[in-house]
Amino acid sequence: MPSRQYATFEVADQLFGVDVAQVQEVLRFHEYTRVPLAPTSVGGLFNLRGQVIAAVDLRVQLGLPPRDLNVPAMNVIVSVDDEWVSLLVDRIGEVIELDDDAFEPPPDTLAGAYRNLIVGTFKLQDRLMLALDARRAADTTVPVPAQHSA
Amino acid sequence: MDELGDIIQEFLVESHENLDQLDRDLVALEQDPGSREMLSSIFRTIHTIKGTSGFLAFHRLETLTHAGESLLSRLRDGAQQMNPASADALLAMVDTVRTLLGSIEETGGEGDVDVESVIAQVQECIEDPSAPKAKPAAKAKKAAAPKAPAAEKAQVEAETEVEAEPEPVAEAEPEPEPVKAVKAAEPSPTAPPAAAHPAEETGQNARRSIAESSIRVDVDLLDTLMRLVGELVLTRNQIVRGVSEVSDPALVRTTQRLNLITSELQESVMKTRMQPIDHIWSKLPRVVRDLSGSLGKQVKLAMEGKETELDRSLLEAVKDPLTHLVRNAVDHGIETVEERVAKGKPGQGTLTLRAYHEGGHVIVEIKDDGAGIDVERVAQTALDRGVVTRDQLARMESREIIALVFQPGFSTAKKVTNVSGRGVGMDVVKTNIEQIGGAVDVDSTLGKGTTWRLTIPLTLAIIQALTVECGAERYAIPQVGVDELVFVDGQSGQAIEHVSGAPVYRLRGKLLPLVRLDETLGLPVRNSDRDVYIAVLQADGRRFGLVVDRVLNTEEIVVKPLTGRMKDVGVYAGATIVGDGKVALILDIPSLARRSHLAAEAAERAQLDHADTRPRGGSIERLLIAGIGERRVAIPLDMVTRLEEFPVERIERVGSREVVQYRDHILPVIRLASLLGCYDVSEGETVPAVVYTERGRSVALVVEQIVDIVEDHIESRSDLDDDGLTGSAVIQQRVTELLDVRRAILAADPRFYAEMSEITNSMVGA
Repeated sequence: MPSRQYATFEVADQLFGVDVAQVQEVLRFHEYTRVPLAPTSVGGLFNLRGQVIAAVDLRVQLGLPPRDLNVPAMNVIVSVDDEWVSLLVDRIGEVIELDDDAFEPPPDTLAGAYRNLIVGTFKLQDRLMLALDARRAADTTVPVPAQHSA
Repeated sequence: MDELGDIIQEFLVESHENLDQLDRDLVALEQDPGSREMLSSIFRTIHTIKGTSGFLAFHRLETLTHAGESLLSRLRDGAQQMNPASADALLAMVDTVRTLLGSIEETGGEGDVDVESVIAQVQECIEDPSAPKAKPAAKAKKAAAPKAPAAEKAQVEAETEVEAEPEPVAEAEPEPEPVKAVKAAEPSPTAPPAAAHPAEETGQNARRSIAESSIRVDVDLLDTLMRLVGELVLTRNQIVRGVSEVSDPALVRTTQRLNLITSELQESVMKTRMQPIDHIWSKLPRVVRDLSGSLGKQVKLAMEGKETELDRSLLEAVKDPLTHLVRNAVDHGIETVEERVAKGKPGQGTLTLRAYHEGGHVIVEIKDDGAGIDVERVAQTALDRGVVTRDQLARMESREIIALVFQPGFSTAKKVTNVSGRGVGMDVVKTNIEQIGGAVDVDSTLGKGTTWRLTIPLTLAIIQALTVECGAERYAIPQVGVDELVFVDGQSGQAIEHVSGAPVYRLRGKLLPLVRLDETLGLPVRNSDRDVYIAVLQADGRRFGLVVDRVLNTEEIVVKPLTGRMKDVGVYAGATIVGDGKVALILDIPSLARRSHLAAEAAERAQLDHADTRPRGGSIERLLIAGIGERRVAIPLDMVTRLEEFPVERIERVGSREVVQYRDHILPVIRLASLLGCYDVSEGETVPAVVYTERGRSVALVVEQIVDIVEDHIESRSDLDDDGLTGSAVIQQRVTELLDVRRAILAADPRFYAEMSEITNSMVGA
């Protein structure tokens, strides 16, 4: 049975996953250079072995208030269109292998910002994992429906 | 003649490469005799050599390759089959070509290399494909004969080869067998030149041959190298910063070496991408000739600094703007012969191109001795086109007015010619140059001529930048746009003023519009306007001050492009990694300048309202602040002719005095430290010195360091007098002693004023 590996992580107590093939590495980092005037979803820039990487605040992308960047955050570095982008998340989970037939399209009730970023859901034993579209998650040019003001 | 030399050089390099390929191809061809493709490739190579050698009048080479070409064309067209005999003949030909090239390289001529025997060998293959089989040994001997001495080694090789391949001989097939024998013997005719060649070289001189001294390298590889060196520069910066905080002499020394090596490496790698500017200049004489001819003008084109090198990619980017400026100078700058003669100028105009290095940039000047730019006409045109308002014009200096020609859609040509003035004006030149991080400005004297000056970075990847701090973050400002730095000292009563709500600063009596970086970036705005720095920037022909919290330093930074999402913000030109490894954003000066537009207008209105912008009360004085030990000493800027750095070992002693050789003169030197009774603790390799010159006499005042140049109201002054001082004042929050310059000068050169009839007290500081 075809299956796929997902790297999982948590944002606001919700479990998300992205295709493990897209993930370059995961690291904790805390010194971000803010980019004034950039969309709030751009958490900042940081230096990863000589490369300037943009960190995207997934909380903002999901329509939540931005995270406090003075507290170290976990970076899930994904490769999108040959470019490395970091997704800022709360906690890193395991890499799990899931059968494709456990996949379900996102529920119709899924609202707003979530809906744009989620490609599907997986029912795990005790919780739900939302499969994230890494490219859309990393795209900061799309205005996020404002649910909270920053 | 030189050009011909270049052509021959290129020909040799290319041919050597081709011959190596040819060797491999020929051998491969033997394995796969039917390969039409390979035959064509070989044919083309030989054909190229033949063509060029004919052009360069190397007749032996030409006849030889011609013979080879004839055989190859038969083989290619299928008129005869490739066989070992023809392969031998061709390989022999290739070797002889190589010998000829070697001779050309060393002596410039073909020498007396024997080509006849090889040509004969090749001809035989053509005339009668079966003939060579009949007398292989004889032919081999014949070919080998002229080069007998060197042949021995090859002979041995040939023999071992025979021994190593006993099978084909034993097989005794009627057709191929003798041929195989020929093949075995083959190295004897062909090897001698090959063997002789290296022997000659090592024997004669160790000079590297052309083929060895240059290689072709993939540009991608160079880019990778460049990128890696960029990383190294950053890492170096981090280490240098880190080491400055520890006091381990060994580590400091090692770091200095690392610093040096990195700089040299960076320079060398940059050089691999460098090409002389002549590459783009070489087309200009023709452009000037044709253009001046069609306009009935006489123009002499002079070029200085042809060999000045620029990064290849930048060279391409500069080509069009440069051509445009040259065409413009011929079209609009230089007058017709009659006009020139009428003005008392020589009928022939001169257009001078000059390229040189200056402060990490390459400057390219395009200078004509033509009519110059008519400020009045520029002003009128700018008015007509609505580029400026009459009010604005009234307050502009002529230099600023001339700079209006860079505004979009500006052309002052009286008539639109087919040459320039098609709306593709100076604004395009400016945009193109600014795109590569450069700048363009113009200087013109009516009736005398015009000079356009392009300032181009040496390379795109690494730039000089000023790092500043604002809020919690650091930002980098490309050095090319920075004119000067001003510290707004809260203590001395200087302040940022506001007119119509827009911040301005009085810079030497003129109002400078300000842009607050914190405000522009939407950061929390600091309350105090005191103790901030103003970076005076220039962009789009507009000067403005950028207010930042702190100026950190000037360093070389590696520009990292920003992704689209950040570029859209519009204020950033890129990002870089600074000394401590953090990312800093590079500010885009032109876009900041556009944001300064509103401030500028307010400042202009204010300038008009307050015609007298001189500060009230107190006299402003510009002072050079020098550090001597822990003390700070101020020297009036009027008393500073030049600032110099003298190597310590160049300071010599004459009697009890110290002197230094300076511009063909002996310059008396006084160390301010000893004059003021401090310990001289400077121990660098060079010492900074203030040189003062008056009526041909100069003295040098050696200080420990040059700290700053400030403007100050000399009010808060005490008469706390000390030997050699006229008093002290608080400048930049520090007590600063005012030097009695006259005394210092006399200490260095007691006769300094003796021959001057008037000694005015006004020279003494205040």
